[in-house]
Amino acid sequence: MAKTKNNTIKLKFDSARKFAPAPESRSAAKINARYDHFINGKFEKPQSKKYFSTINPATEEKLSEVADGNAADVVKAVKAARTAYDKYWKNMKGSERAKYIYRIARMVQERARELAIIESLDGGKPIRESRDFDVPTAANHFFYYAGWADKLEYAFPNRKASPLGVAGQIIPWNFPLLMAAWKIAPALATGNTVVLKPAESTPLTALKLAEIIQEADLPPGVVNILTGAGATGAALVNHPGVDKIAFTGSTNVGKIIQNAIAGTPKKATLELGGKAANIIFEDAAINQAVEGVINGIFFNQGHVCCAGSRLYVQESVYKTVVQKLKDRLETLIVGDPLDKNTDIGAINSKEQLNIINNYLKIGQKEGAAMHQSSVALPSKGFWCRPTIFTNVAQSNRIAQEEIFGPVLAIQSFRTDDEVIDKANNTPYGLSAGVWTDKGSKIFNLTTKLRAGVVWANTFNKFDPSSPFGGYKESGYGREGGLHGLSAYVRIV
Amino acid sequence: MAEKQLTNLPDFSLSPHIDQVGVEERVSRVTKRSIKKETKLNGLLLTLNMIDLTTLEGKDTDGKVQQMCYKAKHLHDIYEGLPTVAAVCVYPSMVRIAKKAVEGSGVKVAAVATAFPSGQAPGDVKIRDTKFAVNEGADEIDMVISRGKFLQGEYNFVFDEIAAVKEACGEARLKVILETGELVTYDKVRRASDIAMYAGADFIKTSTGKISPAATLPVTLVMLEAIRDFYYKTGKRIAMKPAGGISKSKLALHYLVLLNEILGEEWMNNQWFRFGASSLANDVLMQIMKEKTGVYQSANYFSID
Repeated sequence: MAKTKNNTIKLKFDSARKFAPAPESRSAAKINARYDHFINGKFEKPQSKKYFSTINPATEEKLSEVADGNAADVVKAVKAARTAYDKYWKNMKGSERAKYIYRIARMVQERARELAIIESLDGGKPIRESRDFDVPTAANHFFYYAGWADKLEYAFPNRKASPLGVAGQIIPWNFPLLMAAWKIAPALATGNTVVLKPAESTPLTALKLAEIIQEADLPPGVVNILTGAGATGAALVNHPGVDKIAFTGSTNVGKIIQNAIAGTPKKATLELGGKAANIIFEDAAINQAVEGVINGIFFNQGHVCCAGSRLYVQESVYKTVVQKLKDRLETLIVGDPLDKNTDIGAINSKEQLNIINNYLKIGQKEGAAMHQSSVALPSKGFWCRPTIFTNVAQSNRIAQEEIFGPVLAIQSFRTDDEVIDKANNTPYGLSAGVWTDKGSKIFNLTTKLRAGVVWANTFNKFDPSSPFGGYKESGYGREGGLHGLSAYVRIV
Repeated sequence: MAEKQLTNLPDFSLSPHIDQVGVEERVSRVTKRSIKKETKLNGLLLTLNMIDLTTLEGKDTDGKVQQMCYKAKHLHDIYEGLPTVAAVCVYPSMVRIAKKAVEGSGVKVAAVATAFPSGQAPGDVKIRDTKFAVNEGADEIDMVISRGKFLQGEYNFVFDEIAAVKEACGEARLKVILETGELVTYDKVRRASDIAMYAGADFIKTSTGKISPAATLPVTLVMLEAIRDFYYKTGKRIAMKPAGGISKSKLALHYLVLLNEILGEEWMNNQWFRFGASSLANDVLMQIMKEKTGVYQSANYFSID
């Protein structure tokens, strides 16, 4: 046996990233040159007569332009939603409402390929994810809540659940179609009508969904979709005719919304930021834990509010875990989001890339050791290599603040109590992960971790029947499952 | 010396635990890789070159073995520049015939020994079986572990047996068949892999091909990870051979993707990876001809030796 020192042993993975291109066909998706607002069942020009471009973050090419909504558009949309609520939707039998929602679900499935391509073009996420996760999960949400529409009396036994009215819904750019489904499906199932505003950098799949809703022949005004930036969202939040705000996005905007609706009868659910702790104990199945950590932070380029961005590793296995993470990092393919082999796509926008790069600087300045994969990045577009930081302490900003990118901060710990304290030592509380072979340890941690979702020996698993939401500054209210229904009803 | 080595041995009951769900998810990631054009062609050619072309039947004869050996050297002569397979794999009684038939071609001769496939024979019989095959000219020995003893928890017995066979192999490279279909859990596969590697295996191999399930991607992943961990601990490379149940090109390519992502490019050759298969070669040839001509040809165009 050749005597080789451990630190000179290195596996080589260059060839593992080399595949002949296998791009999904762009021509399978139809994108109009321009999109208007979807109000009262029709596509309508914005009052401002203004449009803004939406680009492909992987190439910086313009994909389309969409209407820039203003307060007048919001007034129009809310009015349409109110009329539809009074005229059609609130009194429609649940079983009838269900038929419409099922129809949307089926049409999302039928157009899955086109939706996936557009999602990847507009948002930069790999087609593997939009095809296998975003679109099917969106369809599942519609199916799931369609099933509840005529069973609300069983969801709330011996009580009467009535709809709230018009729901104003504002969704983020990380899972555009899926978040639209999370918002629209339970609202419709419970008899509410909707005004939805997608994020300005990723409006296209929501507008495709508008086309589907139009084709599904939903009564006009039941779902209205307005495009625009922050001002459009603010107008929607402040409109007195809106009964409920559902928001997913940053904690800062969440606080602004919370302020804006204080003193009004508007109900709200806020699903905000996160800085999830992913905890590996020495008795875990280490290879699988490493894979889970990789998925936990690099899924959707780390643009995930519940991303496992803080990794805690028990000291006895710390070196092994870091070594394995580095090896796995080398095999991740970064590049064309439409290529079926891409693991990590483009960063959603230039602004977000700047934020991430700034945190990379901060991390290094704080004395943490940065390690990035050696993958070559495309010359155009917005890209960030998958990154891990070691030598991190709880007091580092990269361990405290949400980076919302493919950046993992790794810390070691010694005992269970220590890691519970550290994991909870954050203003956020959206999700957490626990990796151990010991069932009793899992239950001990799940009861003590202050996070809305705690995954055990897995990460980033979503199911329509499972509630999702945060503690502390990660927001309040739950989406998904039975809990997701109660956010849209008044119970008497 | 022997004593010193023993004290360095790990406690095999403490082999890392394997999470079944995680393993299967990792594999599903691999099977989603889209392998096209030159990547596909290179992968297919490499696959051919990694095959241990196998016949392990009670009814094997000199004639059958000679015919298979010809195929091993001449996979599809109509396509110029094809590689040979890596080795032919036969029973010890056929080694002499096979050795003569592949002489000068670079194709190795592997022999299944140690009372293959059950391994239910006394230790001295297994050693004699091995020595016989080596003396007949076998370049590689495929042994089976004593699964019964392993499942009884007699890890030292299993370890010693492998070490003894390794000694009997001399210069021949030793492949240790775990027969994962009889071990059932990934935890046990991992433990058996660790025992085999520490006991001196040059290869670890999934299956005899006589038990179902034979090789699977998840089992192979677990074994490749064991090889990686062993490499990091000792600096010693161990080769891998999934065997049985791999008959389609697409599946073979997925194995190569898995190998490349777990152990990297240094393992991407037939010194460090083999496919134990009897019918895989023709499916690969069919795909290669399709890549060349653009159309699939019927099975009648591919010889069945």
